[in-house]
Amino acid sequence: MSGTTKDERIARTTLLSGLLRRPEMGAVAGAILVFLLFLAAASPTMFSARGVVNWLTVTGQLGVIAVSQCLLMIAGEFDLSVGSMIGFSGMVMALTFRFGGLPAWLAILVGIGICVCIGWLIGTIRVRSGLPSFIVTLAFLFILRGATIVSARTLNGSTMVGGMRDAKDTDVIAALFGGQIGDGVFSWLANAGVLAKLPNGTPTVTGLPMIIVWCLVLGAGAAFMLANSRFGNWIFSAGGDPRAARSVGVPVDAVKVRLFIYSAFCASVFGAAQVFGYGSADASRGELKEFESIIAAVIGGALLTGGYGSVIGALVGALIYGVVSQGFFYTGVDGDWFRIFLGCVLLGAVMFNTQVRRRVTGVY
Amino acid sequence: MAIVPRQAKEFAASTLSTASVWNMVIGGKKKQREEKIMHKTTAALLAALFMSVAYPAMAGEKFVLIDHTDGTDPFWPVVLNGAQEAAKKVGAELVFRHPNKVDAVEEAQIIEATTAQKPDGMIISILDPTVIGPAIKAAVDAGIPVVSINSGAEEARKYGVLLHVGQPEYPAGKIAGEKAKAAGQKKYLCLNQEAENIALRERCQGFADGMGQKLNMIDSTNDPAEIKARATAALSADPSIDTVLATGPHVCIPAMAALHDLGKDKSVYLACFDLAPEIVAGIKDGRVAFAVDQQQYLQGYLPVIYLDLYKRYGLLPANDVLSGPGFVTKENADQVGKLAGTVR
Repeated sequence: MSGTTKDERIARTTLLSGLLRRPEMGAVAGAILVFLLFLAAASPTMFSARGVVNWLTVTGQLGVIAVSQCLLMIAGEFDLSVGSMIGFSGMVMALTFRFGGLPAWLAILVGIGICVCIGWLIGTIRVRSGLPSFIVTLAFLFILRGATIVSARTLNGSTMVGGMRDAKDTDVIAALFGGQIGDGVFSWLANAGVLAKLPNGTPTVTGLPMIIVWCLVLGAGAAFMLANSRFGNWIFSAGGDPRAARSVGVPVDAVKVRLFIYSAFCASVFGAAQVFGYGSADASRGELKEFESIIAAVIGGALLTGGYGSVIGALVGALIYGVVSQGFFYTGVDGDWFRIFLGCVLLGAVMFNTQVRRRVTGVY
Repeated sequence: MAIVPRQAKEFAASTLSTASVWNMVIGGKKKQREEKIMHKTTAALLAALFMSVAYPAMAGEKFVLIDHTDGTDPFWPVVLNGAQEAAKKVGAELVFRHPNKVDAVEEAQIIEATTAQKPDGMIISILDPTVIGPAIKAAVDAGIPVVSINSGAEEARKYGVLLHVGQPEYPAGKIAGEKAKAAGQKKYLCLNQEAENIALRERCQGFADGMGQKLNMIDSTNDPAEIKARATAALSADPSIDTVLATGPHVCIPAMAALHDLGKDKSVYLACFDLAPEIVAGIKDGRVAFAVDQQQYLQGYLPVIYLDLYKRYGLLPANDVLSGPGFVTKENADQVGKLAGTVR
C-alpha cells in the first residue's frame, strides 16, 4: 500500500454510517412511517394482541415467498410462477391426502418434492433456453394454475378440497406447517392478566401460526447465507454482471437453477401451511402472490435489474405489505377503496425508501 | 334514534383524536343525513388518499358485511345496497369488506381483523366452510353476533351463526318445476354450465322433482357458442321437449338464441336462474316464461334489521330465512327492469 489516500474499501466507517448504508435501511424507514400512519389513523384495536397476530400472519405468509423472490432478484431473475405454485402445491397435498390415502406428513413431502422438481425444470429451461425469466415463469404461472384446476376437477369434481383441518392435531409434520406455537406462553400471559380473555375463558390469542416461525427461520438462514457464504457472493455476482462472474469461475447457471428450486420450495411451504392451517385447498389459492412477493422485495431495496438487495429488507417489505393490507380494515372505510389505498401506500412507501436509500448510500 | 347502545358509545369513545378533530373541522350535527353521507364520502376519499381519517363517529351500531368476492361481481352491489338502506333505517353504520381476490383464506383473515375491532355485528357470506367456519366461531366466541348470507347455509349453524339468509338451491328448483308443471309442461331439459357443481345440479334435480320427472341434464359448458350448439342439438334430437331450464343467466341467453333458430321461440317454455337485462327483455316479449330471482337485496337488508333487533331487544327469528326464490314474470318484468342492477 503506497500513497497517502486509502482505498475506500478498507477505510474505516463509523457504526452509524455503516448501518445507514445497508440496503434495507430505506425499508426500515418506510416501515416506521407506515406504523406511524396507522397508529394515527387506524382503530387502536389494530395493535391489540388479536390484531397484531392477524397482520403478522399475513406478513409471515408473504415473508416466506419474499425471501426466495428477493434472492432470485439479486441473482438477476424473478419468478412469476410463485402464486400458481402455492395453489398447485396445496392441491397436490390435498389430493394425495384425501384421494391418494397418504398420511399427512407424506402428502406434504410429496407436494414439496414435486414442486422442487418443477422448480428445477423452470430454472433449467430458463438457463438452457436463454429466454427471459419473465416468459418462462409466466408460462408456468398458467401451466401450474391450469394443472391445479384440471387435477382438482378430475379427482374431486370441484375446485375446492376440504377435510384437512384435523390433520395437524394428529400429525407432527402437518402441525409443523399448519399448527401454532407458544400456546403455553399465551395462556400463561392470559392467566397473568396481560392478555385479554374471551367470555368463555380462552385467551384472545392462543398461539402464533407456524408460518411466522417459517418466515423467520427461512429469512435468517437466507440472510446469513447471503452475507457469509461463498454461495451468497455467487448470487450477487450472478446478478451484478453474469459475464464477469462466469469468467472468474462462478457457476452462474447452477446458482440460478438452485434459486428457482428454492423459490418453488418456499412456495410449497406456503402451500402446506395454508392447506393444513386453514383445512382446505382451492384452485384459486395464491393468486397475485407473485406480484406481492416482488413488491415486498422491491420495498426491501432489491433492484429489478439484479445485483442488489437484502433479505432482511424483503422481510421488512413483507411487514409493510402485511400492515398496510390488514391495517386498511381497521380504518372503517368501505372495501371498494382497498385497492386504491393499497396502491397509493405501496407507491408512497417505495418512493420514500428509495429516497432514503439514495440519500444514505449515494447509489442511484 | 332514541336508543344508543352502550357498545356504540364505547366505539365512538375509542376512536382516535384524528376523527374527532375532523368532526370539529367539518362541524355541524352529524345526525343530519346529508351531512352524514357527505362526511362518509369525504372521509373515504381522505382516508384512501391521505390516510387521515379513521372512524367516522357514529350515532348507532356498527355492522360489518364481509363477502367472498373480489368486488367486481355485479351480484354484490345489490346486496350492499340492501344492507345500506337497512342501516340507514335503523341508524346504524355499515362497513363492507371483501378480499382482493376470490380467496377464502383472505376472507378469513379479514374476518379475524374485523373480530379484533369488536363491531356490533357481522354479516358474512361463507365461501368455504372449512376455512371461514373457524374464523366465524372465533368472532362468535368474542361475543360478536354473526348472520351468514348467500352460500354456506348447511354448515353455518355449526359455527354459531344466529341465522342464515339465502336461497337454498333444491327448493328453489323444485318450486320452479312446480310452476312449470302447473303451466301444463310435459318434458324438460336442464342446461347446466357446471355439471359437477353441486349447487347447480340441485337446481336441476329440484326442477325435475317439481315437474315429477327424471333428471334430464346436459353439460352446457360456460361458452356461449357451445351452449347454443348443444342446446340446438338436444332440442332437435328430442322434439317432445317442451320446457328448458337454464341454471345461469349466461346460459339462458344462448338458449334463447337456439330456440329462435329452431323456430321454437314461443312454443318452448324457457325458465332461467338469475337475472340479466336480456332476460328481462325476453320475459317481456314472451321468449322466457320466468326467471328465478334469489332476491339478494334481502340478503343485505334483512341481516342488518335482524342484527339491530337482536342487539337492542334480543329478538331473533327462529328459522333460517329464504330470500328466494322470487319469480320474475311478464306481470312484474317492468318493475324489475327498472330496478335491475341496484335492487334486483
